[in-house]
Amino acid sequence: MSILVNKATRVFVQGITGKEGAFHAARCKEYGTNVVGGVTPGKGGTTHEGFPVWNTVEQCVKQTGADCALIFVPPVAAADAIMEASAAGVPLVICITEGIPVTDMVRAKHFVRGTASRLVGPNCPGVITPDEAKIGIMPGHIHKRGNVGVVSRSGTLTYEVVGQLTKRGIGQSSCVGIGGDPVNGTSFIDVLKLFNEDPETRAIMIIGEIGGTAEEEAAAYIKAHVKKPVVAFICGQTAPPGRRMGHAGAIIAGGKGTAAEKMKALEAAGATLVKSPADMGATVAKVIGGGK
Amino acid sequence: MKVHEYQAKALLREFGVAVPKGDVAHTPAQAKEIAQRLGGRVVVKAQVHAGGRGKGGGIKLADDPAGAETAAKQILGMMLKTPQTPPEGIKVRKVLVEEASAIDRELYLSITLDRARGTHVVMASQAGGMEIEQVAAATPEKIFREWTHPAIGLADFQARELAFGLGLKSDELKQGVALIKALFALYLAKDCSLAEINPLVVTKDGRVFALDAKLNFDDNALFRHKELVDLRDVHEEDPLDVEASKYQLNYIKLDGNVGCMVNGAGLAMATMDIIKYAGGEPANFLDVGGSASPEQIENAFRIITSDKSVKAIFINVFGGILRVDRLAEGIIAAVRTLGLTLPVVLRAEGTNVEQGKKMLAESGLALTMADDMADGAKKAVAFAKGAK
Repeated sequence: MSILVNKATRVFVQGITGKEGAFHAARCKEYGTNVVGGVTPGKGGTTHEGFPVWNTVEQCVKQTGADCALIFVPPVAAADAIMEASAAGVPLVICITEGIPVTDMVRAKHFVRGTASRLVGPNCPGVITPDEAKIGIMPGHIHKRGNVGVVSRSGTLTYEVVGQLTKRGIGQSSCVGIGGDPVNGTSFIDVLKLFNEDPETRAIMIIGEIGGTAEEEAAAYIKAHVKKPVVAFICGQTAPPGRRMGHAGAIIAGGKGTAAEKMKALEAAGATLVKSPADMGATVAKVIGGGK
Repeated sequence: MKVHEYQAKALLREFGVAVPKGDVAHTPAQAKEIAQRLGGRVVVKAQVHAGGRGKGGGIKLADDPAGAETAAKQILGMMLKTPQTPPEGIKVRKVLVEEASAIDRELYLSITLDRARGTHVVMASQAGGMEIEQVAAATPEKIFREWTHPAIGLADFQARELAFGLGLKSDELKQGVALIKALFALYLAKDCSLAEINPLVVTKDGRVFALDAKLNFDDNALFRHKELVDLRDVHEEDPLDVEASKYQLNYIKLDGNVGCMVNGAGLAMATMDIIKYAGGEPANFLDVGGSASPEQIENAFRIITSDKSVKAIFINVFGGILRVDRLAEGIIAAVRTLGLTLPVVLRAEGTNVEQGKKMLAESGLALTMADDMADGAKKAVAFAKGAK
């Protein structure tokens, strides 16, 4: 078991003829992910670097039975790509694109809510279940199959924690990047719920950052529902207020969204707090009792 | 992106949101001329991207055109200090000259994103002129909120509820409803991240208009608003931030002396944090992004080192999309071109790390390698302290 993606997941890439889309489609396939092809409007019927291309998501899904969309479409058209995938009934839509306008995402999120699709992202590294499926841009080789579920708003910081875990021999059940944008599809709570119910996951590492209240909401959920040990780190402890720290969502505004508040909420919920980002792996090891 | 009050008000006017008559002046003579045109008493307001201007002496009343000229003379060129400016203040280059009105009530109106609900929220309060965060903390019942529908927007009944909440009656109510709807139309059409009218005023003669206006725009949507990009005033931003934005680098200058170069926003924030835990202070936030080119790395180096308080540089990279060999190429080129003399600590992991480290070792550069984040931060902080 694992969450969201596994060996059986059949992925297609929206924006597969773009530089990023083509590059990562190939990397995912190399990892062992079942990549069936991709979609680029106007290039249907062609083959791009070995992948068959369709004009629409609907056609692609009908012919391949694909059940996961991986989106690399540029910001100007990315929200539309999300809606196209969810309209076609794709169960899991993972959007990597960074820089989508907020008003577009507000509409797209609403649209997705009216369908059976789950959206992960945007502005995220994707989802990986080690040794089964890598659906995103994370470096596959740093991962190791195991029992720690990882969920994060940040990409490279997720790689950092995975690197620390793997170095200690601690594997991961699945790693989910929910993205650094203020409006996203899947929340911390959604992923916590999945990890909590996944028999393979024995502990959960959650990585939050400044801005918004997603971590506080996660804390309330952890307190009420999560039975497994949770380790938490919040980045941006030293960030000045009023400045957007790279991610559109990472900003302390009106005195809200500080790291201190989030850490306090998570600690009160029973999570084990990690103060220094260098200690994430060691803390998980301590919590689960060694590198098993 | 932020704009000046006078620019915000021009946009409000365009969308039919009532604002006072007025115009922007760059010289005292222009201020006098505008006051003449307006007739009667005027307000002269410093145009800077910071609030709290009144207390800092940036807003003055004038009875006549000569008074407006005098006020503009005092304000233009001053270093305006408010709680929202850097300690040395910001230089005032423009003033807004507006008709003064006899105010009966000061109200509050704003629109922003509610992240938790995933849609925009319109907020109104009769407690105008105050910091809305303070009102929200002390008397939350005094703030009225309406969440807009992602597809439909703000319905008429919602605008009416807000206007009633503001205590507007009869003709004031009509004006208020129209103003709220127009402000939301502007917010959506221009991809605002914040539209704030504080205060929204009702005058003694029953007019409802925006006495002050603050508009912030979604940086991610600027690609479809060239007209807004033209409103950017780089004088109001840190010169290094402006320089970094030219090369699509996410750079924010901070007060410390350890320069940071990191890929990814989360890791960049975590790097700042770990420098602090190592007893140092970060000089900047810098995310070179996932696919930084050697040119971007070189520019990033140039920007970090043009901050004279930087005494050591910590490069912390976890290569995913950004391959460590490409990073190494950028570092070698930058150090050669810039003749870098500062100590540089490098911590690199991920894709093509061995190849990258080999390139750096063979380049003969005096880099200090770190085993992990904590080790890197410790070494960089030690270098920065030693340099004092």
